[in-house]
Amino acid sequence: MRGAEVALEGVGLAYGSFWAVRGIDLDIRPGEFFSLLGPSGCGKTTILRLVSGFVEPSEGVIRIAGRDVRGVGPAARPTSLVFQNLALFPLMKVWENVAFGLEVRGVPKAERRRRAEELLELVALPGFADKRVDELSGGQRQRVAIARSLAVEPQVLLLDEPLSALDLKLRQHMRAELKAIQRRTGVTFVYITHDQGEALTMSDRVAVMSQGRIEQVGTPAEIYDAPATAFVASFVGESNPVPGRVRESGGGFVTLETALGPLRARDPRGLATGSPAILIVRPERCRLDGAGEADAVDNRVEGRIERVDFEGAFANLLVASPAGPGLVVQLANDGRLAGLAAGAPVTVRFPPEAALALPEGPLARE
Amino acid sequence: MSELFRRFGRPGGGSILATAALWALLLVVLPQLTMVELSFRPNLPAVARGGPEDVWTLANYTALWTNPLHRTIFWQTIWSSLLVTVLSLLVCYPVAYHLAQEARGDRALLLATALVIPFWVNEILRTFSWFLILSRNGLVNRVLLGLGLIEEPLALGGVGAVMIGMVYAYVLFMIFPLYNALESLDRNQIEAARDLGAPTWRIHWRIVIPHAKPGIAVGCVMTFMLAAGTFAVPQIMQSLPGGTNARWFTQIIYSYFFDGGDWNRGAAYAFALLALCLLFVAAMMRIFRVGLADIAK
Amino acid sequence: MRSAGLFRLFVAGYLVLFFAYLFLPLVFMVAAAFNASRFPTMLPWEGFTLQWFWGFDARGRPTGLFQDARMGAALLNSILIGLGVICLSVPLGLAGALLLTSLRSRWKGLLYAVLVSPILTPGVILGISTLIFWQRAFDLGGGLFLAVIGQSTFIASYCMLLFMARLERFDRTLEEAALDLGASHLQMVRRILLPYLRPAILSACLIAFLQSFENYNTTLFVIGAEDTLTINIATRVRLGLTPAVNAIGVLFIAATVLAAIGWALLRRRETVRRERPAAAPAPKLAPARA
Repeated sequence: MRGAEVALEGVGLAYGSFWAVRGIDLDIRPGEFFSLLGPSGCGKTTILRLVSGFVEPSEGVIRIAGRDVRGVGPAARPTSLVFQNLALFPLMKVWENVAFGLEVRGVPKAERRRRAEELLELVALPGFADKRVDELSGGQRQRVAIARSLAVEPQVLLLDEPLSALDLKLRQHMRAELKAIQRRTGVTFVYITHDQGEALTMSDRVAVMSQGRIEQVGTPAEIYDAPATAFVASFVGESNPVPGRVRESGGGFVTLETALGPLRARDPRGLATGSPAILIVRPERCRLDGAGEADAVDNRVEGRIERVDFEGAFANLLVASPAGPGLVVQLANDGRLAGLAAGAPVTVRFPPEAALALPEGPLARE
Repeated sequence: MSELFRRFGRPGGGSILATAALWALLLVVLPQLTMVELSFRPNLPAVARGGPEDVWTLANYTALWTNPLHRTIFWQTIWSSLLVTVLSLLVCYPVAYHLAQEARGDRALLLATALVIPFWVNEILRTFSWFLILSRNGLVNRVLLGLGLIEEPLALGGVGAVMIGMVYAYVLFMIFPLYNALESLDRNQIEAARDLGAPTWRIHWRIVIPHAKPGIAVGCVMTFMLAAGTFAVPQIMQSLPGGTNARWFTQIIYSYFFDGGDWNRGAAYAFALLALCLLFVAAMMRIFRVGLADIAK
Repeated sequence: MRSAGLFRLFVAGYLVLFFAYLFLPLVFMVAAAFNASRFPTMLPWEGFTLQWFWGFDARGRPTGLFQDARMGAALLNSILIGLGVICLSVPLGLAGALLLTSLRSRWKGLLYAVLVSPILTPGVILGISTLIFWQRAFDLGGGLFLAVIGQSTFIASYCMLLFMARLERFDRTLEEAALDLGASHLQMVRRILLPYLRPAILSACLIAFLQSFENYNTTLFVIGAEDTLTINIATRVRLGLTPAVNAIGVLFIAATVLAAIGWALLRRRETVRRERPAAAPAPKLAPARA
């Protein structure tokens, strides 16, 4: 099996006057594990249905392996979809499920059976061929669904939040499993999820979506460390957004006037002086004053500990400032958490390199 | 519509659409329209059809009001059908409640089976079994004679006998909708009400009956429709001594079709009966605030 | 608490009365079938006889049900009509259910109302409108064919409701998954949809046949000069009152009791293995309308 590239050029889908997605440009490379990440209702499932052929775009072009697939039905596309609810056929045995795509193509029964067993081997379910679907656990069903999709030798495997029904432990285990299957087969995976953890751990590249548009495409590290918009920054990982206005800029940094006082941050977008902006700093990049060597250029915010949420390996401190929004500070459990208690006055400190200034824009709602 | 073609393809979706359309048109809509159309025309020999006398007229309907016998029978049919409906509801409610809420396991299964048996027996035979009981040599007269309470066999025919036969024939149409509605009532609700000190009658009035509303509506609609539209029960019960006065509206309709040969008037009478039944359905939907989807289950 | 106890006692007594009301008439009817009396009555008891099933009277004339040729012809007609109704109603009901479950527009409500309206229409009116329409439009008189048509008007609606109830719990993504895996629409229907609907199709066939077999009110108007078992029974009840009618009743009741016992045993087995979600749901009871 070889993966194919998937290209979307200016794709949009309208229901009446409502655009479910619009202006989508994507270039998914052959053999890539590509994730579409976004909150529910952002249009990511729509993109999947467009690529698989269940709906046709209102505008734009979709190419799979270089071929324009407009007007080609789901059966004829070199794609296969793993449904969110898996959609295993309840009246068929496991191997019949896996071999269904071969059955409808007229492959002889013995050959079908052989292929099904091979695929079950591939997804680490040897000996499950004759079980009934309702005898399987959640993770096993998951693998059967993937084997069933792989049986038709798709060049692109589309996965619609397939892990959402599993419990946390199994989900984490299946992440590694999925990644391994993708590596073994070399098929292009397009993976839909609203779970940033899944997207970041498995993907080669991630597209973050909001309200029918793509906010950013990049590697997991780029998405996390260099979010392109305030939405991406607030949706992926924890963040402290502080709104403000650009006072001065230059040398790749800006100083923002904020309710917490002037704060310096990196300026990848080249913000104009006087424009409204938003400063983003990750909780784990914040420190408390005195907990390490001081640096003169660090941003400093005075406040009072309002709450300490102990999480085990680390603790989240909510630091309230009388002047503006509170900041969350994440501290590793390095043996020094004991001294921190609600009510204590502290100074939150973070270097300008750890903060990012982005144009004002909507944030992800939790 | 596009969803139909997406699910079944063009040929598949097309044939489904065509089949359903043929059904709706040939079996439901056109026959009813033809009947209504016919009812507004005079009864003419075949040669005069389409001629100058073939005009729209209300004569077939006014006949229903000007003929005192027909009018009486029409009202008597409605009134008796309403009574049958109410009687059936009263008779069935305790049984349905018991079956749905109190009986458990094998006992419930036994009771349900016992309910099914009499009702897969033909309606004609069911009515006949009551006919035998009420007839001149029937059980009632035999017992009363044997006890010396009467000297001559009683003539037990009449509207009352027809109604007995009908309640007997149609109780299942009341029981099963009631049962289906009551079965979905969470028993904890009843126990909570009891725990809060509500007496039994109030539990039924405030909790069980409101929950059973859709079932009551369905049961009443079906029973009324069957009672008003029955032909078999009055036909059989009329043969009882003293039963000739218990004529049913459907019998007049029948005689216009097969004895009198006036299809137009028969169609008008049939449409009057249909309109009445639809009115009853609409009234029940209104009173019990249920939709058509609840009724047609 | 005391009112609840009283209520329970009342219910118990009531149930006894209710089931007596249901069964005693049938018991009398059955008993009369074996009474040597010339009239269909249980009292006075003139001795046990089987002559109402098969036998001859004092003058050597046959008295039994099984000796009646017209009865056999009527039974055959009933079976033919029943099979015809299955062949017509089940596909119609299936098409209607599939169409309605794929519609979302405002037409859905209207179409639904049209297709279920026959259930709420008195049977005589269905018979009358069928008779008029086919007579006027195609010059077709009453007979077996029209009986199939007339009965199917409402039996197809029952079938449709059965299918809709089952389709309501159908996971549509199974259809999409089959198409996505390369199945044609026909293959999807054959391999996914029809196997899922199989229990509903079976019960629709059964219900359709029984409804047709028992039907009187509609059939009466569209049967023409032909005879069906139910029409034949009605004629006997009205005209030739011999206990042979009771003999029919005995056969009907025996068949029903056997079927009901079978159904109860089946249902009991199903409750025992209820864990299996793939098992067919308990058949919904719908009484036949004559």
